[in-house]
Amino acid sequence: MTTLARRKAGPRALTAVTWVVAILFVFPLLWLILTAFKQEADAYTDPPKLFFSPTFDQIANVLKGGFLPYLSNSAFVTVLSTVLVLVLGIPAAYALSLAPVKKTSNALGFFLSTKMLPIVAAIIPLYIISQNTELLDTVWALVILYTSMNLPLAIWMMRSFFLEVPHEMIEAGRIDGANLPTLLRKIIMPVVAPGIAATALICVIFSWTEFFYAVNLTAARAGTVPVFLVGFITSEGLYWAQLSAAALLASLPVMIVGWIAQNHLVRGLSMGAVK
Amino acid sequence: MSTLSVDTPQSQTRAKVVEKKGLSTAAKRRLPLLPALVFVIAVTQLPFLLTVFYSFQSWNLVRPGSRHFVGLDNYIDVFSDTTFLVALLNTVLLTVVCVFVALLLGLGLAILLDRKFFGRGVVRTLLITPFLILPAAGALLWKTTMFDPTYGLLHFVFGTDVDWLSEFPLASVMAQIVWQWTPFMMLLILAGLQSQAKDVLEAANVDGAGRWRTFVSITLPHLSRFLQLATLLGAIYIVNSFDAIFLMTQGGPGTASTNLPYYIYQRAFEGFDVGQSSAMGVIVVILTMIVATFALRLMFRTFSVNGGIK
Repeated sequence: MTTLARRKAGPRALTAVTWVVAILFVFPLLWLILTAFKQEADAYTDPPKLFFSPTFDQIANVLKGGFLPYLSNSAFVTVLSTVLVLVLGIPAAYALSLAPVKKTSNALGFFLSTKMLPIVAAIIPLYIISQNTELLDTVWALVILYTSMNLPLAIWMMRSFFLEVPHEMIEAGRIDGANLPTLLRKIIMPVVAPGIAATALICVIFSWTEFFYAVNLTAARAGTVPVFLVGFITSEGLYWAQLSAAALLASLPVMIVGWIAQNHLVRGLSMGAVK
Repeated sequence: MSTLSVDTPQSQTRAKVVEKKGLSTAAKRRLPLLPALVFVIAVTQLPFLLTVFYSFQSWNLVRPGSRHFVGLDNYIDVFSDTTFLVALLNTVLLTVVCVFVALLLGLGLAILLDRKFFGRGVVRTLLITPFLILPAAGALLWKTTMFDPTYGLLHFVFGTDVDWLSEFPLASVMAQIVWQWTPFMMLLILAGLQSQAKDVLEAANVDGAGRWRTFVSITLPHLSRFLQLATLLGAIYIVNSFDAIFLMTQGGPGTASTNLPYYIYQRAFEGFDVGQSSAMGVIVVILTMIVATFALRLMFRTFSVNGGIK
Protein backbone atom coordinates (compact mmCIF):
# COMPACT_ATOMS: atom_id res chain seq x y z
CA MET A 1 0.00 0.00 0.00
CA THR A 2 1.42 3.36 -0.92
CA THR A 3 1.45 6.11 1.68
CA LEU A 4 -1.15 8.02 -0.25
CA ALA A 5 -3.50 5.06 -0.38
CA ARG A 6 -3.03 4.48 3.33
CA ARG A 7 -3.74 8.10 4.03
CA LYS A 8 -7.02 7.77 2.16
CA ALA A 9 -8.04 4.44 3.69
CA GLY A 10 -8.51 5.86 7.21
CA PRO A 11 -10.99 8.60 6.26
CA ARG A 12 -12.79 6.21 3.93
CA ALA A 13 -13.34 3.72 6.72
CA LEU A 14 -14.57 6.55 8.93
CA THR A 15 -16.97 7.67 6.20
CA ALA A 16 -18.33 4.13 5.95
CA VAL A 17 -18.74 3.97 9.73
CA THR A 18 -20.58 7.31 9.68
CA TRP A 19 -22.97 6.10 7.01
CA VAL A 20 -23.69 2.82 8.81
CA VAL A 21 -24.26 4.56 12.14
CA ALA A 22 -26.52 7.16 10.55
CA ILE A 23 -28.65 4.57 8.76
CA LEU A 24 -28.95 2.41 11.90
CA PHE A 25 -29.97 5.48 13.87
CA VAL A 26 -32.61 6.55 11.39
CA PHE A 27 -33.77 3.01 10.65
CA PRO A 28 -36.97 3.21 12.74
CA LEU A 29 -37.97 6.19 10.65
CA LEU A 30 -37.15 4.51 7.34
CA TRP A 31 -39.23 1.58 8.55
CA LEU A 32 -42.11 3.92 9.34
CA ILE A 33 -41.99 5.27 5.80
CA LEU A 34 -41.94 1.73 4.35
CA THR A 35 -44.85 0.66 6.57
CA ALA A 36 -46.90 3.67 5.47
CA PHE A 37 -47.00 2.16 1.96
CA LYS A 38 -47.95 -1.38 3.02
CA GLN A 39 -51.26 -3.14 3.23
CA GLU A 40 -52.19 -3.96 6.83
CA ALA A 41 -51.48 -7.65 6.20
CA ASP A 42 -47.93 -6.84 5.07
CA ALA A 43 -47.35 -4.70 8.16
CA TYR A 44 -47.71 -7.61 10.61
CA THR A 45 -45.44 -10.40 9.49
CA ASP A 46 -42.73 -12.42 11.15
CA PRO A 47 -40.08 -11.96 9.80
CA PRO A 48 -40.83 -8.34 8.83
CA LYS A 49 -41.31 -7.79 5.11
CA LEU A 50 -38.79 -5.61 3.33
CA PHE A 51 -40.23 -6.20 -0.14
CA PHE A 52 -43.93 -5.80 -0.90
CA SER A 53 -46.08 -4.12 -3.48
CA PRO A 54 -46.43 -0.51 -2.33
CA THR A 55 -49.83 1.09 -2.07
CA PHE A 56 -51.22 4.55 -1.41
CA ASP A 57 -54.31 3.04 0.26
CA GLN A 58 -53.22 3.97 3.78
CA ILE A 59 -52.42 7.56 2.88
CA ALA A 60 -55.82 7.81 1.19
CA ASN A 61 -57.53 6.24 4.22
CA VAL A 62 -55.94 8.76 6.56
CA LEU A 63 -56.92 11.68 4.38
CA LYS A 64 -60.47 10.35 4.14
CA GLY A 65 -60.57 9.61 7.87
CA GLY A 66 -60.91 13.24 8.94
CA PHE A 67 -57.24 14.16 9.08
CA LEU A 68 -57.53 17.45 7.21
CA PRO A 69 -59.32 19.49 9.92
CA TYR A 70 -56.56 18.55 12.35
CA LEU A 71 -53.97 19.59 9.79
CA SER A 72 -55.59 22.96 9.26
CA ASN A 73 -55.87 23.51 13.04
CA SER A 74 -52.16 22.77 13.38
CA ALA A 75 -51.25 25.08 10.53
CA PHE A 76 -53.38 27.91 11.93
CA VAL A 77 -52.06 27.60 15.49
CA THR A 78 -48.45 27.22 14.39
CA VAL A 79 -48.43 30.16 11.99
CA LEU A 80 -50.36 32.54 14.22
CA SER A 81 -48.41 31.76 17.39
CA THR A 82 -45.10 32.10 15.54
CA VAL A 83 -46.14 35.48 14.16
CA LEU A 84 -47.19 36.58 17.66
CA VAL A 85 -43.86 35.41 19.07
CA LEU A 86 -42.04 37.55 16.52
CA VAL A 87 -44.28 40.59 17.05
CA LEU A 88 -43.82 40.48 20.82
CA GLY A 89 -40.31 39.07 20.83
CA ILE A 90 -38.43 41.29 18.37
CA PRO A 91 -38.98 44.53 20.33
CA ALA A 92 -38.19 42.73 23.58
CA ALA A 93 -35.00 41.22 22.17
CA TYR A 94 -34.08 44.67 20.91
CA ALA A 95 -34.65 46.19 24.35
CA LEU A 96 -32.57 43.48 25.98
CA SER A 97 -29.63 43.74 23.64
CA LEU A 98 -29.23 47.09 21.88
CA ALA A 99 -31.02 49.48 24.21
CA PRO A 100 -30.43 47.84 27.56
CA VAL A 101 -31.87 49.49 30.63
CA LYS A 102 -31.27 48.73 34.30
CA LYS A 103 -32.59 45.36 35.39
CA THR A 104 -32.14 44.03 31.87
CA SER A 105 -30.48 40.87 33.06
CA ASN A 106 -33.30 40.42 35.58
CA ALA A 107 -35.83 40.50 32.77
CA LEU A 108 -33.79 38.04 30.73
CA GLY A 109 -33.45 35.79 33.75
CA PHE A 110 -37.20 35.97 34.30
CA PHE A 111 -37.94 34.93 30.71
CA LEU A 112 -35.56 32.00 30.98
CA SER A 113 -36.94 30.97 34.35
CA THR A 114 -40.46 30.62 32.93
CA LYS A 115 -39.11 27.79 30.78
CA MET A 116 -38.14 25.98 33.96
CA LEU A 117 -41.69 25.96 35.33
CA PRO A 118 -43.10 22.52 34.60
CA ILE A 119 -46.13 22.96 32.36
CA VAL A 120 -48.13 20.38 34.33
CA ALA A 121 -48.18 22.72 37.30
CA ALA A 122 -50.42 25.14 35.46
CA ILE A 123 -52.62 22.78 33.48
CA ILE A 124 -55.53 22.68 35.96
CA PRO A 125 -56.03 26.47 36.17
CA LEU A 126 -55.51 26.69 32.41
CA TYR A 127 -58.23 24.09 31.91
CA ILE A 128 -60.62 25.87 34.27
CA ILE A 129 -59.83 29.32 32.84
CA SER A 130 -60.34 28.19 29.26
CA GLN A 131 -63.58 26.47 30.26
CA ASN A 132 -64.90 29.65 31.91
CA THR A 133 -63.83 31.88 29.02
CA GLU A 134 -65.21 29.41 26.48
CA LEU A 135 -61.77 28.99 24.96
CA LEU A 136 -61.72 25.27 25.72
CA ASP A 137 -61.39 23.22 22.53
CA THR A 138 -60.72 26.32 20.43
CA VAL A 139 -57.56 27.11 18.49
CA TRP A 140 -57.25 30.41 20.42
CA ALA A 141 -56.33 28.73 23.68
CA LEU A 142 -53.46 26.97 21.89
CA VAL A 143 -52.36 30.12 20.07
CA ILE A 144 -52.04 31.97 23.39
CA LEU A 145 -50.27 29.09 25.15
CA TYR A 146 -47.85 28.31 22.32
CA THR A 147 -46.91 31.98 22.09
CA SER A 148 -46.07 32.05 25.77
CA MET A 149 -44.28 28.72 25.49
CA ASN A 150 -41.97 29.85 22.67
CA LEU A 151 -41.55 33.51 23.52
CA PRO A 152 -38.84 33.15 26.21
CA LEU A 153 -36.59 30.95 24.08
CA ALA A 154 -37.20 33.16 21.05
CA ILE A 155 -36.32 36.35 22.91
CA TRP A 156 -33.20 34.72 24.21
CA MET A 157 -32.14 33.48 20.76
CA MET A 158 -32.97 36.73 18.98
CA ARG A 159 -31.15 38.76 21.61
CA SER A 160 -27.95 36.97 20.68
CA PHE A 161 -28.49 37.89 17.03
CA PHE A 162 -29.17 41.52 17.89
CA LEU A 163 -25.86 41.63 19.76
CA GLU A 164 -24.20 40.92 16.41
CA VAL A 165 -25.30 44.30 15.04
CA PRO A 166 -22.37 46.75 15.11
CA HIS A 167 -23.04 49.30 17.83
CA GLU A 168 -21.65 52.17 15.77
CA MET A 169 -24.27 51.65 13.08
CA ILE A 170 -27.09 52.07 15.57
CA GLU A 171 -25.53 55.09 17.25
CA ALA A 172 -25.05 56.73 13.87
CA GLY A 173 -28.68 56.10 13.02
CA ARG A 174 -29.84 57.45 16.36
CA ILE A 175 -27.78 60.62 15.98
CA ASP A 176 -29.34 61.14 12.58
CA GLY A 177 -32.66 61.18 14.37
CA ALA A 178 -34.03 57.82 13.36
CA ASN A 179 -36.78 56.58 15.68
CA LEU A 180 -37.10 53.00 16.82
CA PRO A 181 -39.25 51.67 13.98
CA THR A 182 -36.94 53.22 11.39
CA LEU A 183 -33.83 51.94 13.18
CA LEU A 184 -35.31 48.45 13.30
CA ARG A 185 -36.39 48.46 9.68
CA LYS A 186 -33.41 50.11 8.01
CA ILE A 187 -30.39 49.14 10.10
CA ILE A 188 -31.07 46.25 12.40
CA MET A 189 -33.42 44.00 10.43
CA PRO A 190 -31.12 43.35 7.48
CA VAL A 191 -28.43 42.11 9.88
CA VAL A 192 -30.63 39.96 12.09
CA ALA A 193 -33.03 38.57 9.48
CA PRO A 194 -31.34 35.14 9.18
CA GLY A 195 -31.34 34.79 12.95
CA ILE A 196 -35.00 35.67 13.14
CA ALA A 197 -35.71 33.06 10.48
CA ALA A 198 -33.91 30.44 12.55
CA THR A 199 -35.87 31.48 15.64
CA ALA A 200 -39.17 31.32 13.77
CA LEU A 201 -38.24 27.83 12.57
CA ILE A 202 -37.65 26.60 16.11
CA CYS A 203 -41.02 28.06 17.14
CA VAL A 204 -42.71 26.30 14.21
CA ILE A 205 -41.17 22.96 15.18
CA PHE A 206 -42.13 23.24 18.85
CA SER A 207 -45.67 24.45 18.09
CA TRP A 208 -46.34 21.79 15.47
CA THR A 209 -45.13 18.97 17.71
CA GLU A 210 -46.60 20.17 21.02
CA PHE A 211 -48.67 17.47 22.66
CA PHE A 212 -49.50 18.15 26.31
CA TYR A 213 -51.59 21.32 25.97
CA ALA A 214 -53.19 20.03 22.79
CA VAL A 215 -54.30 16.75 24.33
CA ASN A 216 -55.64 18.34 27.50
CA LEU A 217 -57.27 21.47 26.13
CA THR A 218 -58.64 20.43 22.75
CA ALA A 219 -60.77 17.63 21.40
CA ALA A 220 -62.73 17.15 18.21
CA ARG A 221 -63.13 20.80 17.23
CA ALA A 222 -59.67 22.29 17.75
CA GLY A 223 -57.49 19.16 17.86
CA THR A 224 -54.06 19.43 16.23
CA VAL A 225 -52.24 16.63 14.38
CA PRO A 226 -50.68 15.08 17.52
CA VAL A 227 -54.22 14.76 18.90
CA PHE A 228 -55.27 12.97 15.71
CA LEU A 229 -52.60 10.34 16.37
CA VAL A 230 -53.98 9.64 19.86
CA GLY A 231 -57.04 8.19 18.14
CA PHE A 232 -54.89 5.24 17.12
CA ILE A 233 -54.19 4.01 20.63
CA THR A 234 -57.77 4.26 21.76
CA SER A 235 -59.21 2.33 18.83
CA GLU A 236 -59.53 -1.43 18.98
CA GLY A 237 -56.08 -2.80 18.25
CA LEU A 238 -53.63 -0.84 16.17
CA TYR A 239 -53.65 -0.44 12.45
CA TRP A 240 -49.90 -0.21 11.92
CA ALA A 241 -49.85 0.66 8.25
CA GLN A 242 -52.50 3.30 8.63
CA LEU A 243 -50.86 4.60 11.79
CA SER A 244 -47.54 4.87 9.94
CA ALA A 245 -49.20 6.74 7.11
CA ALA A 246 -50.80 9.14 9.59
CA ALA A 247 -47.53 9.63 11.49
CA LEU A 248 -45.74 10.34 8.23
CA LEU A 249 -48.35 12.83 7.01
CA ALA A 250 -48.45 14.54 10.40
CA SER A 251 -44.69 14.99 10.50
CA LEU A 252 -44.10 15.79 6.85
CA PRO A 253 -44.64 19.58 6.97
CA VAL A 254 -42.13 20.10 9.76
CA MET A 255 -39.72 17.59 8.24
CA ILE A 256 -39.67 19.45 4.94
CA VAL A 257 -39.29 22.88 6.56
CA GLY A 258 -36.54 21.53 8.79
CA TRP A 259 -34.65 19.89 5.94
CA ILE A 260 -34.74 23.01 3.82
CA ALA A 261 -33.64 25.27 6.64
CA GLN A 262 -31.16 23.02 8.43
CA ASN A 263 -28.25 25.39 7.87
CA HIS A 264 -30.24 28.16 9.53
CA LEU A 265 -31.03 25.77 12.34
CA VAL A 266 -27.40 24.94 13.05
CA ARG A 267 -26.31 28.54 12.81
CA GLY A 268 -29.20 29.79 14.90
CA LEU A 269 -28.56 27.32 17.66
CA SER A 270 -24.83 27.99 17.66
CA MET A 271 -25.24 31.73 17.85
CA GLY A 272 -27.70 31.34 20.67
CA ALA A 273 -25.05 29.37 22.47
CA VAL A 274 -22.04 31.53 21.83
CA LYS A 275 -23.47 34.84 22.91
CA MET B 1 -17.10 59.56 21.18
CA SER B 2 -13.48 59.95 20.26
CA THR B 3 -11.50 62.49 22.27
CA LEU B 4 -10.42 64.28 19.13
CA SER B 5 -13.86 65.45 18.11
CA VAL B 6 -14.87 66.67 21.56
CA ASP B 7 -13.04 69.96 20.88
CA THR B 8 -15.31 71.02 18.06
CA PRO B 9 -18.40 72.84 19.32
CA GLN B 10 -20.68 71.10 16.88
CA SER B 11 -19.93 67.66 18.17
CA GLN B 12 -20.23 68.91 21.72
CA THR B 13 -23.82 69.96 21.19
CA ARG B 14 -24.45 66.74 19.41
CA ALA B 15 -23.17 64.79 22.38
CA LYS B 16 -25.39 66.82 24.68
CA VAL B 17 -28.41 66.14 22.54
CA VAL B 18 -27.72 62.44 22.63
CA GLU B 19 -27.27 62.50 26.37
CA LYS B 20 -30.45 64.43 26.95
CA LYS B 21 -32.38 62.17 24.66
CA GLY B 22 -30.91 59.14 26.38
CA LEU B 23 -32.19 60.30 29.76
CA SER B 24 -35.65 61.25 28.65
CA THR B 25 -36.07 58.02 26.76
CA ALA B 26 -35.14 55.71 29.62
CA ALA B 27 -38.80 54.86 29.99
CA LYS B 28 -39.19 54.64 26.24
CA ARG B 29 -36.36 52.18 26.09
CA ARG B 30 -38.22 49.95 28.47
CA LEU B 31 -41.37 50.15 26.38
CA PRO B 32 -40.48 47.55 23.72
CA LEU B 33 -39.92 45.03 26.48
CA LEU B 34 -43.28 45.53 28.16
CA PRO B 35 -45.73 43.71 25.83
CA ALA B 36 -43.70 40.51 25.93
CA LEU B 37 -43.15 40.82 29.67
CA VAL B 38 -46.81 41.43 30.46
CA PHE B 39 -47.91 38.62 28.14
CA VAL B 40 -45.53 36.06 29.63
CA ILE B 41 -46.37 37.05 33.20
CA ALA B 42 -50.11 36.84 32.49
CA VAL B 43 -49.98 33.47 30.74
CA THR B 44 -47.34 31.68 32.83
CA GLN B 45 -47.48 33.21 36.32
CA LEU B 46 -51.20 33.79 36.91
CA PRO B 47 -52.22 30.17 36.30
CA PHE B 48 -49.48 29.10 38.65
CA LEU B 49 -50.79 31.42 41.39
CA LEU B 50 -54.20 29.81 40.89
CA THR B 51 -52.53 26.41 41.26
CA VAL B 52 -51.21 27.52 44.64
CA PHE B 53 -54.70 28.75 45.59
CA TYR B 54 -56.38 25.49 44.51
CA SER B 55 -53.79 23.42 46.33
CA PHE B 56 -55.25 24.51 49.68
CA GLN B 57 -58.71 23.31 48.74
CA SER B 58 -60.47 20.01 48.65
CA TRP B 59 -62.11 20.11 45.27
CA ASN B 60 -63.22 17.26 43.07
CA LEU B 61 -64.81 18.20 39.77
CA VAL B 62 -67.13 15.19 39.69
CA ARG B 63 -68.58 16.01 43.10
CA PRO B 64 -70.31 19.40 42.81
CA GLY B 65 -70.31 21.36 46.05
CA SER B 66 -67.29 19.48 47.35
CA ARG B 67 -65.09 22.55 47.18
CA HIS B 68 -63.85 23.80 50.55
CA PHE B 69 -60.68 25.07 52.17
CA VAL B 70 -58.53 22.37 53.80
CA GLY B 71 -55.22 24.06 54.51
CA LEU B 72 -52.22 21.80 54.12
CA ASP B 73 -54.13 18.51 53.95
CA ASN B 74 -53.42 18.03 50.24
CA TYR B 75 -49.69 18.41 50.83
CA ILE B 76 -49.71 15.88 53.66
CA ASP B 77 -51.60 13.46 51.42
CA VAL B 78 -49.16 13.95 48.55
CA PHE B 79 -46.11 13.23 50.67
CA SER B 80 -47.65 10.05 52.07
CA ASP B 81 -48.61 8.93 48.57
CA THR B 82 -46.12 6.27 47.49
CA THR B 83 -47.08 6.66 43.83
CA PHE B 84 -46.01 10.28 43.99
CA LEU B 85 -42.62 9.26 45.33
CA VAL B 86 -42.26 6.58 42.63
CA ALA B 87 -43.18 9.17 39.98
CA LEU B 88 -40.67 11.63 41.41
CA LEU B 89 -37.91 9.04 41.34
CA ASN B 90 -38.84 7.98 37.79
CA THR B 91 -38.77 11.60 36.64
CA VAL B 92 -35.29 12.17 38.03
CA LEU B 93 -34.01 8.89 36.62
CA LEU B 94 -35.56 9.47 33.21
CA THR B 95 -34.25 13.02 32.92
CA VAL B 96 -30.71 12.29 34.07
CA VAL B 97 -30.27 9.12 32.00
CA CYS B 98 -31.86 10.52 28.84
CA VAL B 99 -29.95 13.80 28.91
CA PHE B 100 -26.66 12.04 29.58
CA VAL B 101 -27.06 9.32 26.93
CA ALA B 102 -28.43 11.71 24.29
CA LEU B 103 -25.55 14.08 24.99
CA LEU B 104 -22.96 11.33 24.58
CA LEU B 105 -24.56 9.98 21.39
CA GLY B 106 -24.96 13.52 20.08
CA LEU B 107 -21.30 14.22 20.74
CA GLY B 108 -20.26 11.04 18.93
CA LEU B 109 -22.44 11.78 15.91
CA ALA B 110 -21.31 15.41 15.81
CA ILE B 111 -17.66 14.32 15.76
CA LEU B 112 -18.39 11.89 12.92
CA LEU B 113 -20.12 14.69 10.98
CA ASP B 114 -17.43 17.30 11.60
CA ARG B 115 -15.36 16.29 8.57
CA LYS B 116 -15.72 16.64 4.85
CA PHE B 117 -16.86 13.38 3.35
CA PHE B 118 -19.04 11.91 0.64
CA GLY B 119 -22.72 12.50 1.29
CA ARG B 120 -22.23 14.60 4.41
CA GLY B 121 -25.29 16.74 3.71
CA VAL B 122 -27.47 13.65 3.26
CA VAL B 123 -26.19 12.05 6.46
CA ARG B 124 -26.82 15.23 8.42
CA THR B 125 -30.31 15.50 7.00
CA LEU B 126 -31.00 11.88 7.97
CA LEU B 127 -29.71 12.39 11.49
CA ILE B 128 -31.72 15.57 12.09
CA THR B 129 -34.99 13.91 11.13
CA PRO B 130 -35.89 12.14 14.41
CA PHE B 131 -36.00 15.61 16.00
CA LEU B 132 -38.36 16.82 13.29
CA ILE B 133 -40.94 14.07 13.43
CA LEU B 134 -43.77 14.49 15.92
CA PRO B 135 -42.82 13.06 19.31
CA ALA B 136 -46.28 11.53 19.34
CA ALA B 137 -45.53 9.82 16.02
CA GLY B 138 -42.14 8.70 17.30
CA ALA B 139 -43.68 7.22 20.44
CA LEU B 140 -46.31 5.25 18.49
CA LEU B 141 -43.67 4.11 16.01
CA TRP B 142 -41.50 2.67 18.77
CA LYS B 143 -44.46 1.15 20.58
CA THR B 144 -45.61 -0.71 17.49
CA THR B 145 -43.00 -1.49 14.87
CA MET B 146 -40.01 -1.53 17.23
CA PHE B 147 -41.10 -2.98 20.58
CA ASP B 148 -43.95 -5.32 19.61
CA PRO B 149 -43.09 -8.78 21.01
CA THR B 150 -44.33 -10.67 17.94
CA TYR B 151 -43.92 -8.45 14.91
CA GLY B 152 -41.50 -5.78 16.14
CA LEU B 153 -38.09 -5.24 14.64
CA LEU B 154 -36.35 -5.78 18.00
CA HIS B 155 -37.96 -9.22 18.19
CA PHE B 156 -36.65 -9.94 14.70
CA VAL B 157 -33.10 -8.66 15.39
CA PHE B 158 -32.62 -10.28 18.80
CA GLY B 159 -34.84 -13.32 18.17
CA THR B 160 -36.40 -13.05 21.64
CA ASP B 161 -40.02 -12.80 22.64
CA VAL B 162 -39.37 -10.08 25.19
CA ASP B 163 -42.33 -7.75 25.67
CA TRP B 164 -40.16 -4.68 26.02
CA LEU B 165 -42.89 -2.29 27.10
CA SER B 166 -44.11 -4.43 29.98
CA GLU B 167 -40.79 -5.92 31.06
CA PHE B 168 -38.62 -2.81 30.71
CA PRO B 169 -41.18 0.01 30.55
CA LEU B 170 -38.98 2.85 31.77
CA ALA B 171 -35.98 1.79 29.69
CA SER B 172 -38.19 1.50 26.58
CA VAL B 173 -39.56 4.98 27.09
CA MET B 174 -36.02 6.24 27.64
CA ALA B 175 -34.85 4.64 24.39
CA GLN B 176 -37.51 6.54 22.46
CA ILE B 177 -36.76 9.85 24.20
CA VAL B 178 -33.01 9.46 23.64
CA TRP B 179 -33.66 8.69 19.97
CA GLN B 180 -35.80 11.81 19.70
CA TRP B 181 -33.38 14.18 21.46
CA THR B 182 -30.00 12.96 20.24
CA PRO B 183 -30.31 14.94 16.97
CA PHE B 184 -30.95 18.16 18.91
CA MET B 185 -27.83 17.56 21.01
CA MET B 186 -25.91 16.66 17.85
CA LEU B 187 -26.94 19.90 16.12
CA LEU B 188 -25.85 22.03 19.05
CA ILE B 189 -22.53 20.23 19.50
CA LEU B 190 -21.90 20.25 15.75
CA ALA B 191 -22.41 24.01 15.76
CA GLY B 192 -19.85 24.19 18.55
CA LEU B 193 -17.35 22.03 16.68
CA GLN B 194 -17.70 24.11 13.55
CA SER B 195 -17.17 27.36 15.41
CA GLN B 196 -13.72 26.21 16.50
CA ALA B 197 -10.83 28.30 15.21
CA LYS B 198 -9.07 26.13 12.62
CA ASP B 199 -5.68 27.75 13.18
CA VAL B 200 -5.63 26.62 16.82
CA LEU B 201 -6.25 23.03 15.73
CA GLU B 202 -3.53 23.30 13.10
CA ALA B 203 -1.13 24.74 15.64
CA ALA B 204 -1.84 21.80 17.93
CA ASN B 205 -1.16 19.46 15.02
CA VAL B 206 2.13 21.20 14.23
CA ASP B 207 3.12 21.00 17.88
CA GLY B 208 2.70 17.24 17.62
CA ALA B 209 -0.44 16.83 19.71
CA GLY B 210 -2.29 13.64 18.86
CA ARG B 211 -6.00 13.57 18.03
CA TRP B 212 -7.06 12.49 21.48
CA ARG B 213 -4.84 15.08 23.15
CA THR B 214 -6.17 17.83 20.88
CA PHE B 215 -9.73 16.75 21.61
CA VAL B 216 -9.32 16.72 25.38
CA SER B 217 -7.20 19.85 25.70
CA ILE B 218 -8.69 22.11 23.05
CA THR B 219 -11.99 20.86 21.67
CA LEU B 220 -13.69 19.83 24.92
CA PRO B 221 -13.02 23.14 26.74
CA HIS B 222 -14.28 24.98 23.68
CA LEU B 223 -17.38 22.78 23.61
CA SER B 224 -18.20 23.14 27.30
CA ARG B 225 -20.65 26.02 26.91
CA PHE B 226 -22.38 24.19 24.05
CA LEU B 227 -22.57 21.03 26.15
CA GLN B 228 -23.99 22.99 29.07
CA LEU B 229 -26.57 24.65 26.87
CA ALA B 230 -27.56 21.29 25.38
CA THR B 231 -27.85 19.80 28.87
CA LEU B 232 -29.99 22.68 30.12
CA LEU B 233 -32.36 22.82 27.15
CA GLY B 234 -32.57 19.03 26.95
CA ALA B 235 -33.35 18.77 30.66
CA ILE B 236 -36.07 21.45 30.46
CA TYR B 237 -37.89 19.53 27.75
CA ILE B 238 -37.19 15.97 28.92
CA VAL B 239 -38.27 16.60 32.52
CA ASN B 240 -41.71 17.49 31.08
CA SER B 241 -41.89 14.29 29.00
CA PHE B 242 -45.47 13.27 28.56
CA ASP B 243 -46.07 12.10 24.99
CA ALA B 244 -43.89 9.01 25.18
CA ILE B 245 -45.35 7.81 28.48
CA PHE B 246 -48.95 8.62 27.59
CA LEU B 247 -48.75 6.86 24.24
CA MET B 248 -46.36 3.97 24.93
CA THR B 249 -47.02 2.67 28.44
CA GLN B 250 -49.78 4.80 30.05
CA GLY B 251 -47.43 4.97 33.02
CA GLY B 252 -47.56 1.21 33.52
CA PRO B 253 -47.39 -1.59 34.12
CA GLY B 254 -48.64 -0.44 37.51
CA THR B 255 -46.68 2.70 38.14
CA ALA B 256 -43.37 1.45 36.73
CA SER B 257 -43.08 4.19 34.11
CA THR B 258 -45.20 6.91 35.69
CA ASN B 259 -43.43 10.25 35.82
CA LEU B 260 -44.66 13.41 37.50
CA PRO B 261 -46.26 15.04 34.45
CA TYR B 262 -48.17 11.84 33.74
CA TYR B 263 -49.18 11.29 37.37
CA ILE B 264 -50.46 14.85 37.77
CA TYR B 265 -52.35 14.46 34.50
CA GLN B 266 -53.92 11.27 35.83
CA ARG B 267 -54.98 12.84 39.14
CA ALA B 268 -56.37 15.88 37.33
CA PHE B 269 -58.05 14.48 34.24
CA GLU B 270 -58.91 10.94 35.30
CA GLY B 271 -59.41 11.50 39.02
CA PHE B 272 -60.69 15.09 38.60
CA ASP B 273 -58.97 15.87 41.89
CA VAL B 274 -58.14 19.55 41.51
CA GLY B 275 -56.84 20.06 45.04
CA GLN B 276 -54.42 17.13 45.11
CA SER B 277 -53.08 17.55 41.63
CA SER B 278 -52.57 21.26 42.33
CA ALA B 279 -50.60 20.44 45.46
CA MET B 280 -48.43 18.07 43.41
CA GLY B 281 -47.94 20.79 40.84
CA VAL B 282 -46.76 23.22 43.51
CA ILE B 283 -44.32 20.67 44.92
CA VAL B 284 -42.95 19.96 41.45
CA VAL B 285 -42.44 23.67 40.86
CA ILE B 286 -40.61 24.11 44.18
CA LEU B 287 -38.35 21.14 43.43
CA THR B 288 -37.72 22.42 39.90
CA MET B 289 -36.94 25.88 41.23
CA ILE B 290 -34.31 24.50 43.57
CA VAL B 291 -32.63 22.61 40.73
CA ALA B 292 -33.11 25.47 38.27
CA THR B 293 -31.55 28.05 40.59
CA PHE B 294 -28.32 26.11 40.43
CA ALA B 295 -28.64 25.57 36.69
CA LEU B 296 -29.39 29.22 35.96
CA ARG B 297 -26.56 30.43 38.14
CA LEU B 298 -24.23 28.07 36.31
CA MET B 299 -25.49 29.25 32.96
CA PHE B 300 -25.38 32.93 33.75
CA ARG B 301 -21.77 32.48 34.78
CA THR B 302 -20.99 30.58 31.59
CA PHE B 303 -22.70 32.92 29.17
CA SER B 304 -22.06 35.99 31.34
CA VAL B 305 -25.34 37.69 30.54
CA ASN B 306 -24.20 40.94 32.11
CA GLY B 307 -20.95 40.96 30.21
CA GLY B 308 -22.84 40.27 27.02
CA ILE B 309 -24.53 43.66 27.08
CA LYS B 310 -22.17 45.99 25.33
